Order: sequence, then structure tokens, then C-alpha cells
Amino acid sequence: MTRCIFFLIALICLTREPVALEPNEILKTPALEERARNISKNLRCLVCQNQSIDDSDAGLARDLRLLVRKRIIAGDSDEHVISHIVSRYGDFVLLRPPFNKWTLTLWLSPLILLFIGTLGLVFYFRRKVSLDISPPLSDPEKRILERIKEEKTL
Amino acid sequence: MRLSAVIPIFCLVGIGVILAMYLWQLGSGQKSVGEIPSVLIGRPAPIFNLPPLTNEGTRFSTESLKNRVSLVNIWASWCPPCRAEHPSLMTLAKRGVEIFGINYKDRKESALKFLRDLGNPYRAIGVDTLGQTAIDWGIYGYPETFVVDRKGHIRYRHVGPLSTDDISNTIIPLLKKLEK
Repeated sequence: MTRCIFFLIALICLTREPVALEPNEILKTPALEERARNISKNLRCLVCQNQSIDDSDAGLARDLRLLVRKRIIAGDSDEHVISHIVSRYGDFVLLRPPFNKWTLTLWLSPLILLFIGTLGLVFYFRRKVSLDISPPLSDPEKRILERIKEEKTL
Repeated sequence: MRLSAVIPIFCLVGIGVILAMYLWQLGSGQKSVGEIPSVLIGRPAPIFNLPPLTNEGTRFSTESLKNRVSLVNIWASWCPPCRAEHPSLMTLAKRGVEIFGINYKDRKESALKFLRDLGNPYRAIGVDTLGQTAIDWGIYGYPETFVVDRKGHIRYRHVGPLSTDDISNTIIPLLKKLEK
């Protein structure tokens, strides 16, 4: 039984991540295909929106995969292929949004929130510590304490 | 006021500002979260040249869009929302609006039957069998409708079926403005 489970786990580990790419789309030159795969991994499928065109079965994703390969064969550099598609679909087609004035909040808000959170924590603990420190005992209090101690030792 | 009392207020205001920024950026040109703004707004229409649907028809190309205010509508007979918006397009055509069609990944017979059944509002129809021209227009949903001005620049893009409200509130006022 354990063997069977180990075998299944090994099998799962061996399988490649699933891609929607169809065999007839793959370029004959492995180096060019590798470039196409790297580009399409970072392009968003506009129909499903949270998948790359490499992972999506949508018709548009397939058309974009073919377009990427067509541009690569035509001799475009990776940057040219990407800008070709961005000029039609906008930055949204990139799964990793670029840093510009429209994405400023997106990129900076985690840092700002972290800062606010840290500030909050620092003040929370500071206040806690300051509450723990009680004022020193007054003279009458000290005398009472002495008396209690004496009573105990008796 | 003590500093420790100001800090929580400062934190809340900070978080509030960030949330407001999110809302503000969502509002920039987007009607809903799911809708992707077109980068082609204000830019010349893409260069394309499509064969007509019928032998008697004329080709639909970038040149067809010059010197007239027009609508470009991407449709297919297999797309139910296209069927839903068709009466709106017929109404627009009857009012004299020039509409060009891009027939997307369709079968010729089905497309012709669609037009026979529901009417033909198009001045010319270009056939995009492979969907390459659709990519040049940045299309991701069907139907989509573009408003193109006299210079051949794209001025507006609508994703999904045009409702009668869309037409009377957005399309007609924009066409009137551009025709002045």
C-alpha cells in the first residue's frame, strides 16, 4: 500500500505542468520553441484573464500563441514580439504588470501597508511596556512592605 | 493630543487612502473590473484588408474608414450576444449610421443565413477567417463595436452586445459630436 502511494507521488512529480499547447503548434527548432514558450508564459489570456496563453484552451489564446511563433519566425526579438502584442492589448496582457504611473498604487501599496503595520505594532508594544512600569514605591508604601516582610520572617 | 492616540488614526487614514487609490484607478476609463480598456483609443485604426462575405460585396480595409464617421462591429453567427444586439444595429443602420462588419471565424453559409434571418445593417463586411485582424483590433470578446472618426482614428470601444441604452446614451451622442 505504502509502495503504491510512493509510486503515485513519484508519478505526479514526474508529470510536466499542464499546457494547452497543441502538438501541431510546436516549432521545429527547439531553441525557437523555447523562446516562444518563455514569451507565452508571461502573456495573459484575455478571455480567462488569470491564465497565461500557454495554459489556456481559449481560441484567442491559441491565436496569440500562433502569432508569437509567427513573429519569432519572422525574425523578431523577444521584446519586439511582446511589444507587438502589448500595442494591441495594452499592459494588461502582461501577467507581470510594468512599473508606471498607473501601477504605482499596485506596486507601492504593499510597502506602505507594511510600514503602517510596523508603525502600529511598534506603538502597540511600546504602550504595553510603559503600562508595565509602575511608579516607584512611596515612603509609606516602603514602610508597609518592610513590616510585611518582618511579619513573615517571624 | 498624545502621539499614541494619533497613530491609530494615521494608520486608518493611510489604509483608507490606498483603498481610495484602488477605486480611483479602477475608474480610469474602465466601466467594470472585468473590462479591459482598449489601448487603441485615439490611435489610427489598424492596417487590414479583408475579403468580402459575398462575391458582389466590396473588400473592407483601412481605406474604407477614411472620410466618414462609422461603426466597426465584430460579429459571428455562432455568437448568441451578436444575435441579441442585432436589432440595435438594424435600428442604427435605419437612422443612416454607417456600420462595417468583421465576420469573425464564421462559416459563409451560416453568416449569410444570419443576415437573411435578421437583416443586414452593414455597409460592407470583411471576412476574418483566421482571427488575425481581430487581434490587430485588440479584440477579446464578441461582439465588440468601435467608433471611428473621419480621420480613421478609433474613438470608442464597446465590449459585448450594444443595448438600446448604450446606443441612446453613448453611441448616438458620440456620433453626433464627431459628425459636427
